[in-house]
Amino acid sequence: MSASYAAAHSFNKVLEILDRYDRSETKIIPILQAVQEEYRYLPQEVMTFIATSLGVSPARLFGVATFYSHFSLEPKGKHILKMCDGTACHVKGSLAVIEAIRKRLNLTAKKITTDDMMYTFETVSCLGACGLAPVLVVDDEVHGQVTPEQALQLIEKIETEEKENA
Amino acid sequence: MEKYVYINDRPILWEGETNILALARKAHIEIPTFCYHSDLSIYGACRLCMVELEGRGLVTSCSTEPFEGMRIKTHTDQILKLRKTIVEMLLANHDQECTKCSRASDCKLRDLSNRLSIDKVRFRQTRERKPKDLGSESLVRDPNKCVLCGDCVRFCSEIQGIGAIDFAARGQNVNVAAAYGKSLSQVDCVNCGQCAAVCPTGAITVKSHIPQVWDAIHSADKYVVAQIAPAVRVALGEMFNLPSCDLTTGKMVAAMRILGFQKVFDTAFSADLTVVEEANEFIARKSRGEKLPIFTSCCPAWVKYAEQSYPQLLENLSSCRSPQQMFGSIAKERLPKQLNVEKEKLFVVSIMPCTAKKYECKRPEFVHDGIADVDVVITTQELGKMIKEAGIDIASLEPESMDLPMGFATGAGVIFGNSGGVSEAVLRYAADKFQIPVPENIVLQEVRGTSGLREASLADGNLRMAVVHGLKNAQELCDKIINGEAEYDIVEVMACPGGCTGGAGQPIVQSAKQRKDRTTSIYHADRAMPMHRAQDNPFINELYSALLDKPNSHKAHELLHTAYKHRKRIDDDELSLSGAGSEDRCKVRVCVGTSCYLRGSQDILAKTLKMVEENAWGNRFDIGATFCSEKCDKGPTICIGDKVIHHANLKEVKEMITKHAEAREK
Repeated sequence: MSASYAAAHSFNKVLEILDRYDRSETKIIPILQAVQEEYRYLPQEVMTFIATSLGVSPARLFGVATFYSHFSLEPKGKHILKMCDGTACHVKGSLAVIEAIRKRLNLTAKKITTDDMMYTFETVSCLGACGLAPVLVVDDEVHGQVTPEQALQLIEKIETEEKENA
Repeated sequence: MEKYVYINDRPILWEGETNILALARKAHIEIPTFCYHSDLSIYGACRLCMVELEGRGLVTSCSTEPFEGMRIKTHTDQILKLRKTIVEMLLANHDQECTKCSRASDCKLRDLSNRLSIDKVRFRQTRERKPKDLGSESLVRDPNKCVLCGDCVRFCSEIQGIGAIDFAARGQNVNVAAAYGKSLSQVDCVNCGQCAAVCPTGAITVKSHIPQVWDAIHSADKYVVAQIAPAVRVALGEMFNLPSCDLTTGKMVAAMRILGFQKVFDTAFSADLTVVEEANEFIARKSRGEKLPIFTSCCPAWVKYAEQSYPQLLENLSSCRSPQQMFGSIAKERLPKQLNVEKEKLFVVSIMPCTAKKYECKRPEFVHDGIADVDVVITTQELGKMIKEAGIDIASLEPESMDLPMGFATGAGVIFGNSGGVSEAVLRYAADKFQIPVPENIVLQEVRGTSGLREASLADGNLRMAVVHGLKNAQELCDKIINGEAEYDIVEVMACPGGCTGGAGQPIVQSAKQRKDRTTSIYHADRAMPMHRAQDNPFINELYSALLDKPNSHKAHELLHTAYKHRKRIDDDELSLSGAGSEDRCKVRVCVGTSCYLRGSQDILAKTLKMVEENAWGNRFDIGATFCSEKCDKGPTICIGDKVIHHANLKEVKEMITKHAEAREK
């Protein structure tokens, strides 16, 4: 599936989502959630389109999208890594893992997505899995008691898969 | 049976007031508040209006309904301390450089800080400074002065129905922002400036163009002339504690001559011209029965709003330029010869009650070969500031009259300053034609008043008019007209409540009486004038015989009329669906706005993309979705290359695409 077809497919999906939620202003949040699932973030143009469809102002929609940290207005990488840096994970050494991953992917606290759009690495405050601290989530898969070495191995595994699929 | 509420142990008659704050005002107690605005919804966020309700403790007086026999204390020890703390905390996150703030003289925060005798802020400044938004021609936003009361947000969405700004982010990062954090100039802001007028601090202010005016006045090279809008004369006096009567006009003219304006003219003159042009345009349309209702086009905020929200009504807008632009056009056409100055040296300054006029004068259609019809627009407030800056004691000046010929106006031009004024002026012009009896005092009561929508049916129902102010009211009316629920011949729209007298360039309004006084003063000014109908203005008639020939003539169209185009609400909202495009690709844009969507544009888009995909033509086309760029009533609209297709169907589009693909193969 080429880039153009994928974009059109996503766009048609947005239309489905809007219809599924009756194009109703009261369902802004589930609509944004579903759209973010499709695009992995909320592209500005798509937001304007949703605002027009729902009859709300783009500024209001922007307000809702920026209120919740779940929503992202920046494009995210193909693979999303989330490291918990809540109290339990922090005392169990999350910082070392964070540093190792950032160094490996050439990222910082401000720059969270790699230039090739392959990885996004963000820290979160608590994943509710404190018993497994420190916790790293790689593409929705939870890894407990991770060490910097394990984290780097997980990245290598993705790299290998990507090469095989290329 | 009379009901009473006790405020500070004194009985106050409760006559249906909906909150304690309003009752307290009746009891001559001014309870401080930032977020309570009687025209807007109740927000209850600033917490400054807390009072003590016996038996319930502290409550916000703006959002608490009175009940019979309730006992309120408004300045207990606890309340005074609380207010002080709240203001101190606001100050801690506030840019405190009041000496450099244009709102210093009427800032509510500063006033309150003084009233509460705050001489020290106990809290540390913690917020990082944020950049100002300087992109708009009309307004400047400075987030460092925002107290987050939300008055601007609510005015924009509740009164204007736009919502160009809203709260963004959360917690300590909350800020008022336009969509996607863009500049006001890149979004659907219509520059009405009412956000600046309701802002209690200097977080949104009118962009100043005073330096440009001083530069021109001080330049030996420039010949500076001014036009003054009708609404300015009834409000300028407020800045100098002068009564808002006709006397102020003469003093204002004298002050402007001292400032250095070489000629002082009246926008009411070109308003007379607008009446003649617009009334004739209307009569022509009415006799042909086409493009009705005619919408007025004097208000630049309304024009921009219509351009971005009602493309299907654009051809109903009168093609007449606003009085400001008509003046500029005639001034640049005639004055160089009349005053013996080169056109390049003639500098036209407008004094307007309006912030959108600043935007209007920069519209490309009003700039010819680098020469703008109107060079700079300053507001009533800015003129007042210039007078103060020059140290002119306006109160003791002898009144002077405006210059001829463009300083001579009739009452018809003057009443443009009020909501309903344009309609009344047109009625006065067209009364004979439609056999409408005109009372001796030429007051056509039908279109006067204060309600947001006023309707009148004249000439046995042959002439149906509607007058709206506030764009939310305009929106409701437009929807009704489009759905066929309402029919009119003339619709007057003014964006600001009350019309131009309530414009955002006027001194900040402190009371409802102030608004009423301005409206009354405009009507008084009309009454005091020797003529009341535009067609009686001898200088307008002279203008036609010397230059324009007759109303709506070719020359008149060239100088006094314009055209409108649909514009997007938000800049850069195209959705590229085929990756980054290079220059030599054929550009295909499919409108997916609501109206085109309903007509199947998205199906066409999806199938076109599939077709390009299947034929591997990806490198030949740059395909994108655009959000409404053309006329909605002709949808679906699709652009292929430089060709625009209305009422597009899939077959036609596929043929065009194939043709282009083959052409590119060769």
